[in-house]
Amino acid sequence: MTSQRKLRILVAKPGLDGHDRGAKVVARALSDAGYEVVYTGLHQTPEMIAAAAVQESVDAVGLSIMSGAHMTLFPAVIEALRARGAGDVLVFGGGIVPDEDLAPLKTAGVAQVFKPGASTEEIIKWVETHVRPRAEAG
Amino acid sequence: MANDPAELAERIASGDVRAAARLMRDLDDIRPGAIAVMKHLYPRTGRGFVLGITGNPGAGKSTVVDALISLYRAAGKRVGVVAVDPTSPFSGGAILGDRIRMQRHATDEGVFIRSLATRGHLGGLSRSTGEVVAVLDAMGYDVVIVETVGVGQDEVDVVSQAECAVVVTVPGMGDEIQAIKAGILEIADVLVVNKSDREGADRAVRDLFAMLELRGHDAAPVEIVRTVATSGKGIDELAHAIDRFRERGIHASDVPNAGGITPRRRRRAQATLRELVVDRLRRATDGALAARPELVDEVAARTTDPYTAADELVRAITASK
Ligand code: B12
Ligand SMILES: Nc1nc2c(ncn2[C@@H]2O[C@H](COP(=O)(O)OP(=O)(O)OP(=O)(O)O)[C@@H](O)[C@H]2O)c(=O)[nH]1
Ligand SMILES: [Mg+2]
Repeated sequence: MTSQRKLRILVAKPGLDGHDRGAKVVARALSDAGYEVVYTGLHQTPEMIAAAAVQESVDAVGLSIMSGAHMTLFPAVIEALRARGAGDVLVFGGGIVPDEDLAPLKTAGVAQVFKPGASTEEIIKWVETHVRPRAEAG
Repeated sequence: MANDPAELAERIASGDVRAAARLMRDLDDIRPGAIAVMKHLYPRTGRGFVLGITGNPGAGKSTVVDALISLYRAAGKRVGVVAVDPTSPFSGGAILGDRIRMQRHATDEGVFIRSLATRGHLGGLSRSTGEVVAVLDAMGYDVVIVETVGVGQDEVDVVSQAECAVVVTVPGMGDEIQAIKAGILEIADVLVVNKSDREGADRAVRDLFAMLELRGHDAAPVEIVRTVATSGKGIDELAHAIDRFRERGIHASDVPNAGGITPRRRRRAQATLRELVVDRLRRATDGALAARPELVDEVAARTTDPYTAADELVRAITASK
């Protein structure tokens, strides 16, 4: 049988800020690169994001955070995923994140953060090398 | 697959969302192990009510689904949703955005929303849609709502999947309604004029009514419901129209046979079966073609005619079974 394992990525905007341009640009770029992107839109709670990630069985969750609340939102999403047994879903993202926050975020389990000015080529290349299809059902 | 298929099916049927979602993924990706699990789940299907929602791009299908979820949840029903969006033929990727309109239900444990990309399948649904619906059905969701791609013309597949097909239109389409009527009025069990807060709703209802009249008096009755999905206005009327359709179906044309199987249910089973056979044959065809590249060359060079070559490939496929 011809099996086609295709990457599925959830792109979400947690928190209260309405800057969705970056999230949309990234969602579009990932789709243009051949991935299936579930876009859940603005104002998502970590719980909503984790629930959607499980129901959609995505390989990775990409968060866009422009509000300055990245130090609470990234870990909250990771925690919510773990609570639902989906700790194997890779979490990455982008937005306004000062350099000094990058290392603590990495320690908290965020795989990568792309700052304003990151090119979509750079993002796709990273996804290509770091995101792998999750294990099959079982 | 690490687990025993029967055990995995059992876990999914008793509500393991994560395992179910992964099975859906495996079905979509055509992983060999998934079929074994489906064989165990199939006997548990056939209990849920499968509702199809189709209509033009942007007509408000997802917003209607969102409002219907709220209504069915308030009535204590568990709701599954399968929302299909198109795969780009150029990149092979897709943006699955139907979920945006339904996210307020994301953490409701009585709701399971799954987005699918068409992956080249025509007819407004993905190849896997029927299977994903079956998984939700086996999990005991009372209502499973299927939202098709908004392609406007030939979302006819929804008919073979759904027990009731709702077609969503909007006011102010004028001639466009004329253009879509052939395909869409034929499949509509219930018609919705959504965005009725906009000008021209009366006229849209009149136009649709006039078109329904043209079908002659022995055509099945089709109700037209006005909605404003964003506010929920008219959604309870829509649900009632759907209920009335079901009752009519059960009492009129859709009389069960001795085994309790209605014609509509039988048609759905036939469509599922047909789909699976066609899919297997298509893949076998691709395999046979790949195995015999010289046949393609010969046809291109006109040294063999395509009819003879086709017969030979068919023989190769049937011999290998
Ligand atoms: C455009 C813009 C707006 C637009 C937003 C339009 C929209 N729908 O998105 C409008 C005018 C509405 C707006 C409003 C506000 N804004 Co404004 N806005 C900007 C601005 C100028 C550009 C943002 C942008 O769209 N960039 C283009 C996109 C493509 O880039 P990007 O979002 O950065 O995304 C890239 C990367 O960050 C990364 N990335 C982002 N998300 C993701 C996700 C994933 C998965 C990945 C892999 C990568 C990734 O990759 C992208 C591609 O390179 C920034 C300044 C700046 N230079 O960033 C301020 C800025 C973000 N805004 C800011 C503020 C304060 C506001 C307001 C509060 C202002 C006010 N007082 O009213 C309001 C709040 C509105 C709201 N509801 O939240 C601040 C935020 C400060 C902070 N975080 O500490 C900024 C930084 C300006 C500043 N220097 O003060 N804003
Ligand atoms: N004014 C008005 N807008 C509506 C109504 N219903 C939906 N919309 C808006 O119409 C837009 C499209 O709605 P969707 O529900 O995404 O439409 P859709 O048919 O699912 O779209 P596709 O899946 O992309 O084909 C959104 O901006 C909705 O908010 C309505 O009753 N009135
Ligand atoms: Mg939609």
